Amino acid sequence: MAKPLLEVRDLQKHFAIGGSFFGRRRALVKAVDGISFTINAGETLGLVGESGCGKTTTSKLVLAAEAPTGGTIEFEGRAVAALRGAELQDYRRKVQVVFQDPYSSLSPRMRVGEIIGEPIKAHERLSSADVRARVAQLLELVGFRPDVARLFPHEFSGGQRQRLAIARALSTSARLVVLDEPVSALDVSIRAHIISLLEEIQQRLAVSYLFIAHDLAAVAHLSQRTAVMYLGKIVEVAESLELCAKPLHPYTKALFAASLPSHPDELREEIVLTGEVPSAVDPPRGCHFHPRCPFVMPRCAEHEPPLVELAAGHSVACHLY
Amino acid sequence: MATIPIGADRTTAVVSAARRSYRALQTLPMIPLLILGVLASMAVLAPVVAPHSKLDPVKPTREQCLAKFNIPDCPYVDNAPPFWAAGGTLDTPLGTDSLGRDVLSRLMHGARISLIVALTGTLFAGAIGTVLGVLAGYMGRWWDEIIMRITDAWLTLPSLVFAILLSSVREPSLWNVVLILALVFWSRYSRAVRGEVLTLRERDFVKLAEINGIGKLTIIRRHLIPNVMNTVMVLFSLQVGVAVIIEASLSFLGFGVPPPEPSWGLMMAQERESLMEGRWWLEVFPGLCITMLVLSANMLGDWLRVRLDPQLRNR
Repeated sequence: MAKPLLEVRDLQKHFAIGGSFFGRRRALVKAVDGISFTINAGETLGLVGESGCGKTTTSKLVLAAEAPTGGTIEFEGRAVAALRGAELQDYRRKVQVVFQDPYSSLSPRMRVGEIIGEPIKAHERLSSADVRARVAQLLELVGFRPDVARLFPHEFSGGQRQRLAIARALSTSARLVVLDEPVSALDVSIRAHIISLLEEIQQRLAVSYLFIAHDLAAVAHLSQRTAVMYLGKIVEVAESLELCAKPLHPYTKALFAASLPSHPDELREEIVLTGEVPSAVDPPRGCHFHPRCPFVMPRCAEHEPPLVELAAGHSVACHLY
Repeated sequence: MATIPIGADRTTAVVSAARRSYRALQTLPMIPLLILGVLASMAVLAPVVAPHSKLDPVKPTREQCLAKFNIPDCPYVDNAPPFWAAGGTLDTPLGTDSLGRDVLSRLMHGARISLIVALTGTLFAGAIGTVLGVLAGYMGRWWDEIIMRITDAWLTLPSLVFAILLSSVREPSLWNVVLILALVFWSRYSRAVRGEVLTLRERDFVKLAEINGIGKLTIIRRHLIPNVMNTVMVLFSLQVGVAVIIEASLSFLGFGVPPPEPSWGLMMAQERESLMEGRWWLEVFPGLCITMLVLSANMLGDWLRVRLDPQLRNR
C-alpha cells in the first residue's frame, strides 16, 4: 500500500493556563491528547465532535499554525516539525484551509481577484496576467463568472463567500485542504450546494480533505472515513457508511441519536446524555467519557481504554468491546 | 454546476460605474470642501491676492490720519475697525492691528503657515504612529513591550513642556513646529492603531495569510495598514484641529513661528488685550479661521472614513 499523504501519530497539544511569572503551578489544558490518523491522497477524513473537543486545535496543528507538544505529523513522508525555509513554504503551499466564517476569512479591503491571487503570488513566480488567468479558472471552478474578480467580498452572500474561500484554498494546487466547519455558518439550503461542490472538486483534482464538522450527516456524506473525537481523544474511527450503520462507541451512538433522522418514521435508539463535556483542564480519570456514559462499568473509571481495531478499518476505544 | 450570475456585462458595468461616480460626486461634503478650498487657495495665492504686505503697516490716506490723529500725515493708522464699523475703510476691510497692518492680508499669509504646519505635522505624526502601532500590535512580544512602554511614557509627557524643550534646543522656526507636532502626536496614533491591530490579527483573513506562508511585512502592508486607515483618517482629521491650536499656543509662548510672521495663533496671542478693550476684530477673525479649519477638517475626516470603507461606500 502506498504511503498516506498525511500521517498523524500520537499528536498532543497542551496549553498551560493560569501560570504566573513566579512559577505558581500551572494547569494544563490537554486540548489534543494523543490522537492518530492518516489521510490518503484523494481521500476525505471526517472529524466530528462537540465544541471544545479539540477539533480546531487539531486543524491548527495540521496547518503548522501551532507547534505540537508531542507526537508527529508526517506529510508526504516527511516530518512537518522539521521543515524549514523553502520546504516549509512548500508545505504551506500544499496544505490549505477553509475557515468556518466566510465573513471573517476574506479581507474586506481587497478585491476578490487579489484575495484569490494572494497565495499564488506568495508561492509562484507568475506574471500578473498569468495570475489573473489562474484566478479566472478558479472562479469558474467554484461556479462564478471570471469578472467577479474585481468585486469586494461584502458584495457576496455567505455561501458565495465560502465558494471564494474554497477557490483561494485551491489556488496553489493544494494536496490537502483542511475544511474547518466550512458549512456550519451557512444556511441549510446552501450547505448541500457547498458540499457537492467540494465533492466535485475532489473528483476533479484528487485533493484530500480533512473535514471537521459537528454535522454528522454532512461528514458522513463527504468523507470516506470518519473519526469521532471526545475531549482531545479519538474514540472511534470507521468507514463512514459503517459508522452510520453500526456505531459502536456509546458517544457515537449518542451523537447519532441526537441528530435529526432522515425520515420521520425512522425508529432510533434514544440515548440522552446527561451533564456537559467535562473541562479539559482536569479531565476525568480512566475513560474520559465515563461520567456521562449510559453503559458505564467500574473499570471505566480506572483504566483508559485503548483504541483497538475490531473489524477491518473500524477502531473503537471502549471497554464494552 | 449552476452558475450564479454576479456582476454584469460590459455595457451595464460602464453605465453603473458612471452612475457610481455621479453618486460619489453628489455625496461629496460640499461645505467643508468649500471652506478648505477657500482657505487653501488663500494660502497658495496669498502673495498675489493679498491687498497689503503681511509685515508692513498700511499707508493711510490723509482723511484717515485727520480723523484719527487730527494731523494730515501719519505713518500708520492702528486699530482701524472693519469696514462696516465707524472709522473703517474698504481699503482694510477687516481692520488693522495695533501696528497698523492689514488684518485680511495677514490672515491670508497666516493660512499658509497654519495649513503647512498642521497638515505636515499631523502627517508625520500619523506616519510614525501608524507604523509603530502596527509593529507593536502585530509583531507582539518585545516589539510590543518596548514600543508601548515608550508610547505610555510619551503620553504622560506634558506636550507643551516637551515642545518648549525641543524648541529651546532648536532655533524657533516653522519647520521646528512641524517637528514638534510630529514628535508630540505620534503616540496617540500608535496607541489607537495597536488596539485596532490586536483585533485584526485574530481575524481569519490574517490567520489565513499566515497559514499560506505570506511574509509578515506583506501582511502588514496588504492586510493591516489598509484596515487601520479608517481609524487613522479619523484621528488625523481630529489632530489637524489640535495641531492648529498647539501651533497657536507655541507661537503665543514664543516658541513657534517667530513673531513678525503672521500665524493665526500668533495673531490671536499678540492681540490678547484687544478683546477687553473692544477691538474684537483682532481676535474674532483669526479665531473664526481656526474654527472653520478645524471644523471642516473634522467633517472631511468623517466623510473620508465612510468613503474609505468599501462596505459603506456604495450605500
